[in-house]
Amino acid sequence: MNKRAVFKSWWLPVLFALPQLLLILFFFYWPAISVFNWAFTLEPAFGGAGERLFVGLDNFRDVFADREYWRSVSLSLFFAFTATGLSMLIAFVLAICVDRQLKGSGLFRFFYIWPYAIAAPAVGLAFRFIFAPESGLIAVVNTWSPDLWNPAKYGSHAMILIIICFAWKWIGYNFIFMTAGLQSIPRSLLEASSMDGSGPVRRALDIQIPLLAPTLFFLLVLNLTESFVGPDTFGIVDLTTEGGPNKATDVMVYRIVSEAFRGLNYSGAAAQSLVLIALIMVFTFIQFRFVERRVHYK
Amino acid sequence: MAEIGIKDVRKTYGSTPILHGVDLNFKSGEFVVILGPSGCGKSTLLRMIAGLEEITSGEISIDGKVVNNLEPRDRGCSMVFQNYALYPHMNVAANIGYALKVAGVPRAERDRRIAETAKIVGLEELLDRKPAQLSGGQRQRVAMGRAIIREPKVFLFDEPLSNLDAKLRVQMRVEIRRLHKRLSATSVFVTHDQVEAMTLADKLIVMNKGHVEQVGTPLEIYHRPRTRFVGTFIGSPAMNFFNTTIAPSGDHVLLDGIKQAIDPVLGGKNVGATVSVGIRPEHCRLVPAGTVNSVPANVDFVEELGSGRIVHVEIDGMSFAVSVEEDQFFEQGAVAGLQLPAEHIHLFSLQSGLRLDDAPVATRQPATKTVAA
Repeated sequence: MNKRAVFKSWWLPVLFALPQLLLILFFFYWPAISVFNWAFTLEPAFGGAGERLFVGLDNFRDVFADREYWRSVSLSLFFAFTATGLSMLIAFVLAICVDRQLKGSGLFRFFYIWPYAIAAPAVGLAFRFIFAPESGLIAVVNTWSPDLWNPAKYGSHAMILIIICFAWKWIGYNFIFMTAGLQSIPRSLLEASSMDGSGPVRRALDIQIPLLAPTLFFLLVLNLTESFVGPDTFGIVDLTTEGGPNKATDVMVYRIVSEAFRGLNYSGAAAQSLVLIALIMVFTFIQFRFVERRVHYK
Repeated sequence: MAEIGIKDVRKTYGSTPILHGVDLNFKSGEFVVILGPSGCGKSTLLRMIAGLEEITSGEISIDGKVVNNLEPRDRGCSMVFQNYALYPHMNVAANIGYALKVAGVPRAERDRRIAETAKIVGLEELLDRKPAQLSGGQRQRVAMGRAIIREPKVFLFDEPLSNLDAKLRVQMRVEIRRLHKRLSATSVFVTHDQVEAMTLADKLIVMNKGHVEQVGTPLEIYHRPRTRFVGTFIGSPAMNFFNTTIAPSGDHVLLDGIKQAIDPVLGGKNVGATVSVGIRPEHCRLVPAGTVNSVPANVDFVEELGSGRIVHVEIDGMSFAVSVEEDQFFEQGAVAGLQLPAEHIHLFSLQSGLRLDDAPVATRQPATKTVAA
């Protein structure tokens, strides 16, 4: 029954694995170790050459003493939870509609996945145009009342903008998983439930959501992680608000990149990265420890 | 307790017709069994009564009220599904009480009624279990409990016993019948198992290819199958048939060149007709070869049942099954005489498949007909 391939010589398997090993080494382990190194040392004033000074936890002390940093953390949390919630909620409603085979559901099932295939910066750029307060599609609302929508001026508007972008991109992905999950629920359960007197909403709450829980949990972890630290978040923020106005959308991933590559504060950015990684680990731990318990695996 | 009226109900999926105009009436409190081979539309009909399947045309009424456009929950039916359809994430109590919870029945009353129902279906000890921890028979009971707790006007059963093993099936069959006696709600039971159908039904409906073939009591259907199909489908082993022409005298047909008597009145009306002659294995007799009024038959093989046996004999290339008593033994390869008593012979038109004494007028409800001996 063992289908493992057996190689006679040792170098052939190594040769096959080598490209992947090199990729992981150069693009994952090396940077990760560098970040670790930088987080506890001080970058020489003019970069590059010279002995790096070991400073212990000084970088972290600096980071934690910065009120801007704590603001960024809370913005990130707010962004992650809102964007995840919005994306999953809308995807769920769409998936339920498609699952009920409402008119045109086949066509929509096909279209809903498309946004996921678009790179985040492209999404950001498109939404930047659509939501441009002076000339975008949305500009009409400002003719009703000036500044009804102006993400360049109001931090709250900017935050709404990046949440919409992120949710829009991830709805398709969530939708596909939810649709697949819903389709695996036996039709007769829903029929039994409707014979028992429940309407569509009740069926969704009592039958579909509990049975979909494993899928929802998986998506929750994925969405939260992705919105908290994902490259999508960076791409969207960079192309729409650039962290502004007045750092109102300066989420942690964006702050790290701009500190490192615009502020050239590698040490500070590295320290923030480590904090971020730790936070994600805590998050995931909490989710698996407490949320997963309430999931009914069949 | 409710009457169910089904008037010219049709169903098509796309352009494929599933039901071609069904007319039926179920009396209040009746136990109706719909029997048919798979794909005959019996489940579709049941699901249309339940409201799970749209009605293409025609009318279904429950208690005199047309329900075509009512949601399932507004029809007052409850249903037991073939695969039970228990909610896997709820325990037995929650499964049984779900309908009451949806209806907003207060907690205390709900618990009381769950306990009551659990007692009826014998699940008091298992209320905390999840469906996955139950055996097939127990799951079946939960499904029944879930159906009866609502005190519905109509019970619908969609092949509920087909997933159980043979022994349990017999036991649950008895329990269903007992439950019906106790609750006396109108019940509609769909099955492809003729034994289930015969034992449970007050009124038996045989369906085939989207048509109702016959409606009647189990005995009427057994003794006077209206079509050749019903004759084949009811009874085990299946009815024997041979095709022939009614002799000019009208009182016999020829089987392997030997005269075989038939009802002369019926034969007289159908002289020269090509017919399918049917006779049940339990009505055939095997006698020593050469006996008067018997057709020589070669014993092909014997199926042992213990309480008797089924002897398969061969006459002129045609095979006949004969049920014989415990004390009658036949050797394979031996020659015996086959006797077909005229009073047990059924004649069906070869063209239409209809029973000759019914043809050509199709009687949909021969409920008042006298039962043939």
